[in-house]
Formats: sequence, C-alpha cells, structure tokens
Amino acid sequence: MPEATETDPRSEARQRWMGVLARAGTDALEAAWTGLAVRPGYRMLRPPETGLVMVRGRTGGIGRHFNLGEMSATRCAVQFEDGVIGIGYVAGRSARHAELAAAFDAMLQCDAWREEVEETVIAPLAQAERERRDAERAGTESSRVEFFTMVRGED
Amino acid sequence: MYVAVKGGERAIEASHRLLEAERRGDPAVPELSTRQVSEQLPRAVDRVMAEGSLYDRELAALAIRQAAGDLVEAIFLLRAYRTTLPRLGNSEPVDTARMLVRRRISATFKDVPGGQILGPTPDYTHRLLDFRLADVSATDPAQRDDTVQRDRLPPREEPMPRVMDLLGREGLVEEETTAADEGQPPADITREPLRFPAGRDARLQVLARGDEGFLLALGYASQRGFSNTHPFAGEIRYGVVAVSIVPEELGFAIDIGEIELTEVQMVNQFAGSDTAPPQFTRGYGLVFGHQERKAMSMALVDRSLRGRELGEAADSPTEDEEFVLYHSDNVEASGFVQHLKLPHYVDFQSELELLRRLRSEFDPPSAQAAE
Repeated sequence: MPEATETDPRSEARQRWMGVLARAGTDALEAAWTGLAVRPGYRMLRPPETGLVMVRGRTGGIGRHFNLGEMSATRCAVQFEDGVIGIGYVAGRSARHAELAAAFDAMLQCDAWREEVEETVIAPLAQAERERRDAERAGTESSRVEFFTMVRGED
Repeated sequence: MYVAVKGGERAIEASHRLLEAERRGDPAVPELSTRQVSEQLPRAVDRVMAEGSLYDRELAALAIRQAAGDLVEAIFLLRAYRTTLPRLGNSEPVDTARMLVRRRISATFKDVPGGQILGPTPDYTHRLLDFRLADVSATDPAQRDDTVQRDRLPPREEPMPRVMDLLGREGLVEEETTAADEGQPPADITREPLRFPAGRDARLQVLARGDEGFLLALGYASQRGFSNTHPFAGEIRYGVVAVSIVPEELGFAIDIGEIELTEVQMVNQFAGSDTAPPQFTRGYGLVFGHQERKAMSMALVDRSLRGRELGEAADSPTEDEEFVLYHSDNVEASGFVQHLKLPHYVDFQSELELLRRLRSEFDPPSAQAAE
C-alpha cells in the first residue's frame, strides 16, 4: 500500500487508473484498445522490459521491512507526438499488457481523450473488478463459522 | 576433488532423450498443458514460487512440467531463470490488514472482529480417497460439489484487523520495532552473503524461501522440546494483497498487480526483563501462495531463532541460526548432496591405495603368504 500520501489530485487519479490497468488482463486491455473508434499513434520511449520486483513484507505485519521474494513484472513507456508520456508497470511478463497500459495512461493524461477512456475503458474494467471481488467475497462469506466451546470461562 | 571427464557426448545426448521420454510418459495419453498445471495443481505451483523465490504462476507451472513433477528440481529451474532478469525495483511493504481474505482463523480467540472464515481448507475433510476423481468421465458438473454457495455480502469491504494488533493495543504482546531502520533498506540475501549474527530481516527472507520439509521438521522439533517457545496460532490468514511500487519517474505509489499470500502470527510465551513487563512474544510467517504448513513452520522457526535476543538459553539446533539458515535452502542442499554423483575417481583411487597400504601393515604376514 502506498505510504507516501499523495495529495496532488492529478496524481491520485493517475494512481487509480494505473492500478485498474495493471490489474486487468492483457486480453481485456486488447479488447478495449480494439474497441476504440480512433486509436492514437505513439512511439516507444522505453520498449517493454520484463524484470523482477522484490516484494517486501513487515515483521508481524507491522514492523520492520524484510524482503519476501521477487515477482515478475514488465514496464513500458510510450510517447505521443505532442510529448505526453504514458507509463505502464504491470505484474507478469506480458509485453503487450505493459504497452497497452502505457498507451491508455498517456491518453488519460490528455484532455481530448480522458473522458472517453474513463467512460469506455476504465469504468467497465473497474466495474468488472468489483464484481469479481464481490463474487469472491460472497463465496468466502459462506464459510464464516461460529465456534462454540463446551467449557466456558468465568462468565 | 573431482576431475573433468572427457567423452560421453553421445551417451549424454541419448540420456536427454530418455529423460524427455520419461517426462512425457505414454504418448497415447494427452499432454498436460501449463495452464492445466497452474489451474489444477495450485499448491504445487505455490510451493515452487515460494521456494523458487519468484512469484509467477505460469513460470512455476512450466517448471513443474519440465521437471516431471519433481518440485525441488522445478524450484532450481525457477531460481536459475530469475538470475537472467534485471531488478526493476522494490515494492512498498505489503499491507496484510488490507488483504482480500479467503481464509482467516484464530486458535486463540473464538470471537475475533471480522470473524472466523474457513475458506478452502482440507482440515475438515476425512482424508478418504475420492474415487469419483479417478474417473474423469464422472466429472460431470451436475455430480460435482464444487459449486460455491454465495452468501449475502456484508455491506462494505472493510480491512480485517489482525488478531495480534488487538493484543498489542492492550500491551500484552511485544511491540514490533519500526522506526530505527526505516531509512535503510532491509538485508537482501540474493545480493549480499548471509552474515552472522543475522538480522531478523535476513532470517525471514531465508525462511520464506526455505525448504518446506526442513522447516516443518524444525518447527515440529521446537514443539517437541528442542526449543522453549510454547506457541499458539494467534492468526492464520490467506488471501490476495495488492503490490505497489514507487517508480522513480512518477514519485508516487502505483499498484502493479496482486499476489496470494499466507500469513501466520504465532503467539508465544512471555519474556520479561528488568525493564520490560512480561509479554507474549511473536513468531511470524509470510509465504507466497496458500501454504499454511510452510507459513506455520516458518513462524515457529522465526520465534525459535529469536531465543538469544529474548534472553533464552538457545541451545537447541532449532535456535542455532547458522545451523538453520545455512541448511534451509534446498537448491544449495540438493547441489551439494548430488555433487557426490560427479566422478571422484582420483580422490577415491588415493583413498583406496592408502587403505591397501594400511591393510598390508595390519594383516599378519602369514595371511598374506597364504593368498
């Protein structure tokens, strides 16, 4: 979870959509990209690169940092003709996922595109994610248990 | 000493073909796909990711197929692969209080805020072989009992407080220190060799990727008296957490995805000193995937290894950090044990000659004459 509290609302919005783009799969982003009426051109500022992110935990969940182990991740940066730079950082090894996340990130920073992409790409992806989580939570909820002890304490 | 042996290229090539044929099995049987392995053998995938120290379900599943199901060999393959990739960065510490919980139980409190949730667990199965599974044609959806019931949801998704944090509020469990080292990065045993005494950060990193069997045996030994920790399972939780990083070019944290984790908090018996009141002490386990046995073992061993800092005698093998940390890595252990298979012809010849000389001095001359 982000520790550095980010107060700039533009960064906050970007944080939100970059998270949605990262959690969505390559196929979902590909479908969204294909679904755009007009697709912007861009050049690769930094072609997709797959590497490792060291995942950190805290002792006891709350204490000092420690290195838990690595995960695969892919990053990419694209640039529009007018100079806007889009960045993608996604878990896994899909170059296309990172590239599309970067392209959408650049679009979302442009006034000309933001509204359309928010409505037709980010909102449906976020909705699908919520539905997936809710379905999972509902399933988990079915195994909630009340344990009874035969011998009670002082009460 | 072992020496290089020349020759055998043809035999080695043939051996690789035999290995591949053995892996593939009867060609009349359809080949497993990587996706089938990652979807249907998730616990094997979890173990390979944790001990391979690389979270990537597809790669772990591929490694399992390639290693013909030999999980320690698959772990080795994953470790070798990780050395080919650059490090893009470090994550922010994952926040397990904000886990999307799939299972959460406490053996210390019956009623915990957030409740007890069994989730997918084999704990209450009868461990009877299910012969319905043996007949694939019987896996008709109508006959299976894997349709998940879906209960009405609690109105809001809320963070589930950790049981230990509740004890912490009463001051009954030792505090976790944070402030002192927040500025400097934690030890990374993949970059710098382990040094003793090791910090708890280095110890937890080693344990998180340590061999499950080894840690299970050590944890078991610690319960049987080769340590003095008296543990309770304060909380076990398994679920999904977000991983976020702060890319330099952005300067703020973004989520890059989610991973499954199992977290175990052991509550152990009191330590107290002249300056600190008696308090419960902690043992912590955190492992990739759904691996309760491993996470519990890790938490037991973490606590055992804290013996010295808590002023205990610490004279058991489970409390000896050099013994535990140097021998928990199954890639290193397997390499050293299996190197005995390499030709030791010269070494052995010299020992053989020495033994013959000793025997000629030992055996009476008459016996030699009789030969």
